[in-house]
Amino acid sequence: MAAAMTTAPLGEPILEIRDLHLEFHDHDRPEVAVADFDLTLHRGEIVGIVGESGSGKSMTAHAIAGLLSRHALERSGQILFDGHDLLHCDRSTLRHYQGDEISIIFQEPMTSLDPLQRIGMQVEEALRIHHKELSAGERRAAALSAMDAVGLPDPQQVYGMFPHELSGGMRQRVMIAAATISKPQILIADEPTTALDVTIQAQIIALLRKINAEDGTAIIFISHDLSLVRQLCHRVVVMRQGEIVETGTADEVFENPQHSYTRMLIDAIPKVVL
Amino acid sequence: MEKKRTSPLAFIDRLPNPGLFRMGALITLAVVLLVVVGLVWMPYEPTAMSPDRMQGISAAHLLGTDKMGRDILSRVMYGSRVTLMVALGTMAIGAGLGVLIGAFAGFYGGVLDEIVMRVMDGLFAFPNVLLALVFVSIFGSSTTHVMWALGIAFIPSFTRVVRSEYVRIKHLDYVKNARLQGASNARVIFVHMLPNVRGVLLSNLMIGFNNAVLAEAGLSFLGIGSQPPFASLGQMISEAQEIFFTVPSAVLGPGIVIVLMVLGFSLMGEGLRPATKGLD
Repeated sequence: MAAAMTTAPLGEPILEIRDLHLEFHDHDRPEVAVADFDLTLHRGEIVGIVGESGSGKSMTAHAIAGLLSRHALERSGQILFDGHDLLHCDRSTLRHYQGDEISIIFQEPMTSLDPLQRIGMQVEEALRIHHKELSAGERRAAALSAMDAVGLPDPQQVYGMFPHELSGGMRQRVMIAAATISKPQILIADEPTTALDVTIQAQIIALLRKINAEDGTAIIFISHDLSLVRQLCHRVVVMRQGEIVETGTADEVFENPQHSYTRMLIDAIPKVVL
Repeated sequence: MEKKRTSPLAFIDRLPNPGLFRMGALITLAVVLLVVVGLVWMPYEPTAMSPDRMQGISAAHLLGTDKMGRDILSRVMYGSRVTLMVALGTMAIGAGLGVLIGAFAGFYGGVLDEIVMRVMDGLFAFPNVLLALVFVSIFGSSTTHVMWALGIAFIPSFTRVVRSEYVRIKHLDYVKNARLQGASNARVIFVHMLPNVRGVLLSNLMIGFNNAVLAEAGLSFLGIGSQPPFASLGQMISEAQEIFFTVPSAVLGPGIVIVLMVLGFSLMGEGLRPATKGLD
């Protein structure tokens, strides 16, 4: 099943993470959250980052997205995108890319939408910030087509609705529409399916694959669900306690795990025996 | 896009306590009507004295006259205008600055937040009346100065609630999400976060307005603020103390208007309260 996925051609590198090192300093002893993390992301590639809770996978994602809080965190290394180091650049440079070239989808679709703003407004937000040249009508048209692309039924109607009127699966689709409306180069999906039930999970995975195939968007897929990672990703990075323990194509890692921790994770996938 | 055309008042029925809200709105409307009518027409000039002193209720003077023969109804109309203006102005200053300061303190946190909040604590601990006295003795006694003094005294109460709400919601996913879409801090603070604190803000405005009415009445009762011969409700009560038993309406008239002003807003706030509680 996964074999076809791994042969996707590699585009040019668009994101390079070098020696990423993140340390918390808000307790007596410094705590290392991420250490010596290296990753090169190519255009059109889907990379999965897997690991148990606390392995540093979400911290890595937040670092790339520029969501690290400013306090009590020591950072070193580089996250190179478009000639800028996203780890150390000022906030206005970061903001220039956020939402336009680099987007993120969160784990929790129930709380990721502003409860008091209409769906359409929220989907358009990135355009309103980054593409001020667009008219209200153009924005609306773009929002409707983005909502259509993520498979929201009746975008016209959903456009004027509020988040509480939508189900979790629909909200996650709204999130994806909002994250992809400006056709970002990189989409970070931070456990986007964890809060959804299994059938919706499969639909969201299919949707991510479609976005990747149609727009060439590179996706960093963060999950602890190895079977999903295997279905979706070209390459896999296995993290443990802030460090990369193994990396390779999905097939390599899953068929022939080199590290005992990876083997343990793979063995932990429940096998359905009927 | 199809839009449902509904009455602008339809929201009242969705409130958890539409009855209370209606009653409050009705009372408030009556007071506002009194003020608005006073703008275009008053039975007599509120400062015009006449030989008919300390008269009881009659057809010529619906609420009687005070000890200088001025028509009490006209003075109540004029005085409610002053009191209402001071209360609204106080709210505009207190809530405006309070929300602004609270929003920034809550959003940025850190040292700035700490400093701002300690200043607010200091201001909060300072008695309103004393602050107003200081203000008036420096700048002179006028309703505008009372408005500023009260407005500044009211800042901390708004800063506190708004700050705590901002601290609470700034870590919520949708605020993070807005930041990750590249929104500027100002946009996050005002476009994404401010609407989400409107629940607490609204009930605080209602309470604040009441306090402002009472504070203005209290201050002018003490002779701070509006100066004779011009009237404000508290000042009228103060002046009418000696003739309370001769002309009860001289005290009861302005007194009842104060009660109605406060009651109207309290009831409206009460009618809104459970609705705004469960917003998030």
